[in-house]
Amino acid sequence: MEMFAFSEAAGVEDAIRAGAESGTAQQGARVRFVAGGTTLLDLMKLDVERPLAVVDINGLPLDTVTKLTDGRLKIGALVRNSDLAYHPDVRSNYAVLSQALLSGASAQLRNMATTGGNLLQRTRCMYFRNRALPCNKREPGSGCSAIEGENRSLAILGTSAHCIATNPSDMNVALTALGAVIQIEGTAGKREVPIEAFFFEPGDTPERENVLDPGDLVTSVTLPPPPQNCSQVYLKLRDRASYEFALASAAIVASVDNGTFSYIRVALGGVASKPWRSLEAEEQLYDQPVDEASFRRAADAALAGARPQSRNGFKIELAKRCIVHALGVATAS
Amino acid sequence: MTVSPAGSSVPRIEGPLKVSGIATYTSDFNFPGLLYAVPVCATIGSGTIAGLDTSVAGSMPGVQAVYHRANIGRIYRSAPDEGLGTHLDERRPPFEDDVIRYYGQYVAAAVADTYEQAIAAANAVKVTYDAKEPDVRDQLEPEGQPNLDGERGDPDAAFDSAPVKIDQTYSTPVETHNPIELHASVAVWDGQDFTLYETTQGVVNHRDVAAEMLGVPKERVRVISRFLGSGFGGKLFPWPHSFIAAAAARDLNRPVKLVVSRDMMFQNVGHRPRTQQRIRLGAGSDGKLVALMHDSLNHTSILDDYQENCSEATPYSYSTPNFRATSGLARRNVGTPTSMRGPGAVPGLYALESAMDELAIALGIDPVELRLRNEPNKDEGLDLPFSSRHLVECLAVGAKRFGWSGRDPRVGSMRKNGLILGWGVAGCSWIAERFAAQVAVDLRDDGSARVATATQDIGTGTYTVLANVVSEKTGIPANKIEVVLGDTNLPPGPISGGSMVTASVIPAVSQAIESAQQRILMAAIETEGTPFYGLEADALAFSGGIVHRKNEGPERGMAFEKILAKAKARSTSGLGKAEATFGSEDRKFSQHSFGAQFAEVTWQPEIARLRVSRVVTVIDAGRIINPKPARNQIEGSVVMGVGMALLEATEYDARFGAPINNNLADYMVATNADAPQIEVTFLDYPDRVLNDMGARGVGEIGLAGIAAAITAAVYHATGVRVRNLPVRLEELLA
Ligand SMILES: Cc1cc2nc3c(=O)[nH]c(=O)nc-3n(C[C@H](O)[C@H](O)[C@H](O)COP(=O)(O)OP(=O)(O)OC[C@H]3O[C@@H](n4cnc5c(N)ncnc54)[C@H](O)[C@@H]3O)c2cc1C
Ligand code: SF4
Repeated sequence: MEMFAFSEAAGVEDAIRAGAESGTAQQGARVRFVAGGTTLLDLMKLDVERPLAVVDINGLPLDTVTKLTDGRLKIGALVRNSDLAYHPDVRSNYAVLSQALLSGASAQLRNMATTGGNLLQRTRCMYFRNRALPCNKREPGSGCSAIEGENRSLAILGTSAHCIATNPSDMNVALTALGAVIQIEGTAGKREVPIEAFFFEPGDTPERENVLDPGDLVTSVTLPPPPQNCSQVYLKLRDRASYEFALASAAIVASVDNGTFSYIRVALGGVASKPWRSLEAEEQLYDQPVDEASFRRAADAALAGARPQSRNGFKIELAKRCIVHALGVATAS
Repeated sequence: MTVSPAGSSVPRIEGPLKVSGIATYTSDFNFPGLLYAVPVCATIGSGTIAGLDTSVAGSMPGVQAVYHRANIGRIYRSAPDEGLGTHLDERRPPFEDDVIRYYGQYVAAAVADTYEQAIAAANAVKVTYDAKEPDVRDQLEPEGQPNLDGERGDPDAAFDSAPVKIDQTYSTPVETHNPIELHASVAVWDGQDFTLYETTQGVVNHRDVAAEMLGVPKERVRVISRFLGSGFGGKLFPWPHSFIAAAAARDLNRPVKLVVSRDMMFQNVGHRPRTQQRIRLGAGSDGKLVALMHDSLNHTSILDDYQENCSEATPYSYSTPNFRATSGLARRNVGTPTSMRGPGAVPGLYALESAMDELAIALGIDPVELRLRNEPNKDEGLDLPFSSRHLVECLAVGAKRFGWSGRDPRVGSMRKNGLILGWGVAGCSWIAERFAAQVAVDLRDDGSARVATATQDIGTGTYTVLANVVSEKTGIPANKIEVVLGDTNLPPGPISGGSMVTASVIPAVSQAIESAQQRILMAAIETEGTPFYGLEADALAFSGGIVHRKNEGPERGMAFEKILAKAKARSTSGLGKAEATFGSEDRKFSQHSFGAQFAEVTWQPEIARLRVSRVVTVIDAGRIINPKPARNQIEGSVVMGVGMALLEATEYDARFGAPINNNLADYMVATNADAPQIEVTFLDYPDRVLNDMGARGVGEIGLAGIAAAITAAVYHATGVRVRNLPVRLEELLA
C-alpha cells in the first residue's frame, strides 16, 4: 500500500472537482472515489490501485431508490446492494436484479457494496491482482499472463489478443437484461449512457474499461418501467454453493404470447469481457415457439462467436446449459 | 455446576472469552515501543538475487531497519532431529544465501513504527534477480530409487495372475491449510531473554528450535501461545518469519510484530504436497485381495525432504498375503510442504479407498461387502494384534443409518426431487498414539484445582477436555478447575498434532492427581484437628473430593479443602509424567482408530451442479471424553472433506512459479452453504492399551475417508471416475 490523501466530498460538485485532478478515470487513476470500498481497498492493498487521493463519496445524497413519474425506477449510486435487493419495488418488478444481487459475494459484502461500486468493480483475473506479473490491463504493454496461464474463470466472448478478463459483476448482467441507463455527472455537465454503451471490450486498450473520464461521477442508474407480463430469471452457475463469482450466468426477461416469445432479453455473465447482451440469442427466440429446440438454437447462437482459452473451453457448454435452463425456468407455467 | 465427568458434553470453558473478543490470540499482543515487520517476498520462482537496494526504503518515514542477508546477523541452523524432537520442516534460516528456490521466499524485511509504514517500506525495497525457469510441474517422477516402505509375499506375481485387477493412478493437489488466524510472531527481547508470542501448535518444540537458531540456551527463550485460530498442522513447526521477528527484536532492542499475510500463507508456511499414487489391487472372483501395491510420490521443496507417507494406513487396512508400498520424492520450486490434517493417511486413503470402490464395481460386489470380505484379524504389516478395531461395526452401523440397503448400484439410477443421487462409502483410520507429557495439578484450599501443561489448545477443545478429565478424577466441578496451557514455563507438554493430545495427557494427569491427593492424605494424618490425625495414610481414601477412612463412606469424611485449610496449606501440587508410545519400537499392539463414511451427492446435469447433500460418519476412537468438541471435530472434517473432494487446490503458474490463487476468494474452501447434512456416531469402545480412560483423539480421522466416499458417489451419480482431485464440473460436463 502507498501513502494517499483522504478527504470527504462535501457535495457532488466537490467530488467532481476532486476527481477531475486525475489524469484518467481508468486504470492508473491518481484520484479515486470510494463508496463501499470492497473493490477499491482490496486493490489498494495489493498495490494494483495506487491513487494519491481517495475521495469518500458516502456522504453524498445518492442513496435512495425513487419511482419516477414516467414509471422508471431511479437507483442512487450509493444504494447498498443489500438494500436494493430487498427493495419492494425491485423484488416485485425487477426480480432478475434482486436475484442477481443476492447471488453475489456474501451478506457482509453486499451490506457495504454500492450500486455505483458494483457497476465499476474490476476483473478477478488473478494476474491483474499480482503486481509482480505481466498484465496489459494493469501495465499496458506488459503482456497478458492469462492467455497462456491460469484462465479457467476468464472470458470466451468479447476478448482480444491483449486481454481475456471477465467482467465479474452479477448485478451488471441483470441491469443489461433490464436495459438500464447510467446517469453521469462530470466537468462537462450531466449525461446518460445506456449500459450497453457504457462498457468497452478490451481491444488493444484493456486498461480502458468504460466511458468515464476524470471527474465523472456515477450518480444513479435508472431502469425502464417494469416490463409487462414478463417473467425474470437470473441463473448463476459456479463450483461452490455461495461466495464465488459466476463461471457462467444468464439473466432472462421474457414474455410469452400464444406459445411464442413476444418479448425477450438475454444477457450473460461470467463468460464475457463486459456484461453481455446476446442479440443473437434474442433473435433466435423472437416469435419462436417456447420449446427446448428454440432454447438450444438460442444457446448455440449466443456462443457461436466464443473463443475458448486453454482451460476455459468448458464454459461454452456450461453457458449453453445455463441459457437453456434459465429459459426453461422463465417460461415454465 | 456439578461434577462434569468425562463423557458429558461440557460447553467450551474458553467459549465466553472467544465470543467476547477477550481471548488474546498471538497478533493481539501489543507492547510499549512495538515495531512492525513486513517481509519482502521474491517475485521469481528460481534464480539468484542480483541486487538488493534498500536506500529508498531505509529512509522512509518511521522505518527503523531493513533487514536482508548482509545485516540480519547470525541465524543458525537447527541440526537434524530424531523423530519430532527439535523439529522444523523448512530448515534454511531466513536470508541464508542469495539463491531463490521458490516464489515468495523472503529476501528482506522492513521494520517500522507502524504497520502501514512497514508495508510502504517493504514495497520500496528494490530487488533484481537472475531468474531461471522454475519447475512447478504437476506430473511427478521420483528422484532416484523409490523407498521400499513395506513388503510381504510376492505382490508382482500375485497381481499378474489375479483374476480381477485394478491398476490406477490417483493424484491430490497442493492444498493450503488456510486457518482463519494468520500466522504471526510477536518477539520481545529484554537484553537477555526472548519471549516469543507465536501462532504455534507446539510451544516446547518452538522454543527448542528457536533457542538453537538464535544461538541462546533454552532457558533464555519463553514461547507463549494461549489461543490459536486453528492450524490444521500448518502451525506445528516454526517457519522462517519467527526468526526474522526475533532477530529484529534483538537487534533493535524493541518488541517486533510480524503478521504473515494471506498471500504469504500460500508460500511461506507450508502446504500439503501434491501426491501421485499408483494403486494396484488383485483379487479373486470372491473379492478376496491377493495383491495390494501402493506406489506413492509427493513433491517437496528444493532443500527439504518432506515425506507425505501416503501408505501409512495401507499395510493394516485389509488382509492380503502379497503387499508392497513404495514412496518417492520429486523436487519442485515450491515452499517446503508440511503436515496437514491427517498427513499421509488422508491422501493415501483417498487413493486406496477409491481403488477399493473401483474393485467393487469390477467384481459386481457391494463396496461395503467387499470391505467386510477383506477385514484382517490382525495388523498384517506389523504382525501384531490390534489394540481395538471395530471397522466392521462402523460399516454396519453407518450402512443402517445411511439407508445403504436402498442403494441401486446402477450409475445415475437413483433420484430424489428431480435430482440424480450418487452414493459412496469409504473406510478411514488414523494412528492412536501418545507423545510424552508432563502435567502439574494443584489442589487448592478453596476447593478448586489448577491443571497446567505446556501443550496448547489449537481450537479443538483441549482446555475443556482437561477440565473434564480432572473433574472426573477429582470430583471437582469443571467450573472450579483452572486450565493453563500454551506457555513453555509450564511442565513440558506435547505438540498438538497427530490427534494425540488428549490421549497423551491423560496418564500424566492421573499421576499428577494421585500425587497431589497423596500429599493431602499425608497432611490429613499429620495435622491436628482433622478426623484422621495419627492414622496411617493407607487407611484413607479419596472419593469425589472427600478424604475418608477406607472402611467408611465419604459421608463421614472431610472435604480436601478443609484439610488443606487445617494444615494451613494453600495447595498441594502433584506432577505427572507419561512416556511416548509414538515411534516406540517395542510394542505389543497395533494402535489405530477406525471409521466409515457414507456420502450422498446430488447431480443436475442440465446445469452441471454437483453438491454433497448428506454424510454419515461412524467413528471408533476409543472412549469419547467430551462428545461436543469431538463431534465438532468430525463435522469440521466432513466440511473440510467437501473442500478436498470438490474445491481445494493451490494452482502454481508454470512460468512464474507463483501460487496464483493466493486468497480466500480464488482458493475455494467449502462455505456453510456447501456443508451437507452431517450425522456423526461414536462407537465408544475404550482402548485401555493407550491410557486408563481408553480415550484416543478425533482431530484428523474424519477427513480420511470423505474424499473417497464423495468421489465414489460422484461416479455413482455421473459415471465419471475422477482420479485427480478436486472434482471439477468440467470433467462432468461431457
Ligand atoms: C470476496 C469477494 C467476493 C465477491 N463476489 C462477488 C460476486 O459473486 N458477484 C459480484 O457481482 N460481485 C462480487 N464481489 C464484488 C462486489 O460486488 C464489489 O466489490 C462491490 O459491488 C463494489 O462496490 P463498492 O461500493 O464496495 O465499490 P468501491 O470499492 O467503493 O468502488 C469500486 C470502484 O468504483 C468506483 N466508484 C464507486 N462509486 C462510484 C461512483 N458513484 N462514481 C464513479 N466511480 C465510483 C471507485 O472509485 C472504485 O474504482 C465480490 C467481492 C469480494 C471482495
Ligand atoms: S486477461 Fe486481462 S487482466 Fe488478465 S492478465 Fe491478461 S491483460 Fe491482465
